[in-house]
Amino acid sequence: MRSIATAPRRRRRSREARGRALAGLLFVAPAVIILGVFLFLPILTAGWVSVSDWNGKGSPLQPGVEFVGTANYASFLTEEGLAQKDFGTSIRNNLYYVLVSVPLVTAIALALALMVNKSRRGNGVFRTAFYFPSVTSSVALTVIFLFLFNSTGVVNEILSLINVEGPTWMADPRGIFHLALEGLGIPKPAPGAGFEFWGVSWWDWLSGPSVAMTVFILMAALAASGTFMLIFLAGLQQISDEIEEAAIIDGTTRWQRFRYVTLPMLRPTLFTVLTLCMIGSWQVFDQIYTGSQGNPAKTTLTPAYLSYEWSFKSSDWGQGAAVSFILFAIILLFTLLQRWGLRERTSDRSGRLRAARTQKGDPSEDH
Amino acid sequence: MPRRRRKVRRGDLVLYAAASVLSLLFISPFIISIANSFKTDAQATSDPLSLIPSPVTFAAYEQILGSWFPQALTNSVIITIVVTLSRAFINALAGYALSRLDFPGRRIVFASIIGVLAVPGVVLLIPRFLVVHQLGIYNTYAGLIIPLLCDAAGIFIMKNYFDSIPVSIEEAARIDGAGVFRTFWSIVLPMALPVVVTVLILSFQGSWNELSHFIVAAQDPDLSPLTKAVASLTAGAGGKENRFPLKLAAAAMMTLPVAILFFIFQRRIVKSESGAIKE
Repeated sequence: MRSIATAPRRRRRSREARGRALAGLLFVAPAVIILGVFLFLPILTAGWVSVSDWNGKGSPLQPGVEFVGTANYASFLTEEGLAQKDFGTSIRNNLYYVLVSVPLVTAIALALALMVNKSRRGNGVFRTAFYFPSVTSSVALTVIFLFLFNSTGVVNEILSLINVEGPTWMADPRGIFHLALEGLGIPKPAPGAGFEFWGVSWWDWLSGPSVAMTVFILMAALAASGTFMLIFLAGLQQISDEIEEAAIIDGTTRWQRFRYVTLPMLRPTLFTVLTLCMIGSWQVFDQIYTGSQGNPAKTTLTPAYLSYEWSFKSSDWGQGAAVSFILFAIILLFTLLQRWGLRERTSDRSGRLRAARTQKGDPSEDH
Repeated sequence: MPRRRRKVRRGDLVLYAAASVLSLLFISPFIISIANSFKTDAQATSDPLSLIPSPVTFAAYEQILGSWFPQALTNSVIITIVVTLSRAFINALAGYALSRLDFPGRRIVFASIIGVLAVPGVVLLIPRFLVVHQLGIYNTYAGLIIPLLCDAAGIFIMKNYFDSIPVSIEEAARIDGAGVFRTFWSIVLPMALPVVVTVLILSFQGSWNELSHFIVAAQDPDLSPLTKAVASLTAGAGGKENRFPLKLAAAAMMTLPVAILFFIFQRRIVKSESGAIKE
């Protein structure tokens, strides 16, 4: 066969490759232009603003705007003061938000997807119900949650039916880990004692999400799981029925089928979901803007909202842009960590070993 | 295909019950909110739990419809339609190119898209304001719409999905002499229908939900879409008052068009999923 593959054929092939390359360029052109002009260039401008003394008047590129090096970053990263305390607090708040809501939302989304995956009667209705909160705007949801979790609202009314006096929710700045420790009889240490980082004491770093932030976490569980359920459903379609039927014939249990057939095959989807969910969770802004403006006692302040507040409200544009770049760095770091963590498992040997190891600890997770 | 294993029935029943309870839980906040939007301020505060308002009052709705709502709705509808359709198309094109077509700079483009995906939207607030301003589209529909015409997340999802479809069918079309766009449009896109629907829905949701871009791209209250207008009810001076029926009515009204469109869409979701692609 080889000998027949002569010059003209090769030429035709390269012409085709060139055509496909040209088509490729044309296909990505609209996306590249829009992302370039409205995302990439603005990011470069923001980079400049974060190392300049631009005060918000005129263009940041005009003469007279000076380069100030890392001063804006230093103003909250290394210099003690109110700015640093606000920054440290916002990082703590958002870190707890991410650590609780990402696993929660992913688990709920996967559970929902598995529940309604098969085309059984009624599943269309269930899918609609689960997905509905996700099409609802976060502004509308925030309005609804402010009402539900108002101190005399629906949730507390329900709690009072079982004789529990609910907290004031959106007005309650206490951290839930602190509350748990208090419940165990462990007293709050004397204020000002011991180690402090970014203006936040070690005791406050360990606060857990505040009660108010918990409301936003619950909102994420309701609002985001439907979206990710859809992505999981698209992933589940890739797994053919034959494989599952073979596993049924082999006499496997539902759990075994999930753990050793479905989950490994869903790994790319799981990566997509975890990454998107984590990226979204570090950018909480709309809910805070609509619902709390960072209150109570700054326990719902997030870096994203802090950046908005510093630039648009206090005109500290450089500082605001600097915060957003720190946030950018944090998200990239987490994405890489997540990617690395998931990739390691795909190697067959260690994957199986790990599976055996994690299975022992599993019963606590599977409710 | 004959169904084997009738024994799984009991497990199905448990799943069914769990799904029913969860569905109620997911929907109940909306039902309660709608009920309360028909109450008086006093009743919504004293008895938020009851599902039947007495007396029923339409005061909240009358007040909203008589003022800012119609204009904000118009703005939202225009923005959402344009953004959703173009996002689905532009994202699919880019995702396909990144997955299948070998063009110079492909790796750099994909790496930048992943990078852009990780950029917090708030990083863009200040500079987007500047770009929109300098292009002379501040306070216009163009300024509200054009920056949203495609999104990195959608491209990422599309590319991932195209990667998972086997190339064999396209190659057959290629050998038959079909052009790249034709192959894409009439062979690949129909195969990718589930993910196209997903991206349509995500885009719809994304543009309807968008808030931060609207905060910086226009100042004119006549250009406020629903999100910005409703957010000002709680974030502005009205935030401290407890006028829940008014706020809930606004939330219900902004959700109604989505709900209607969504129920039409839902059939398509189910249909496209029952006609699934199998490898």
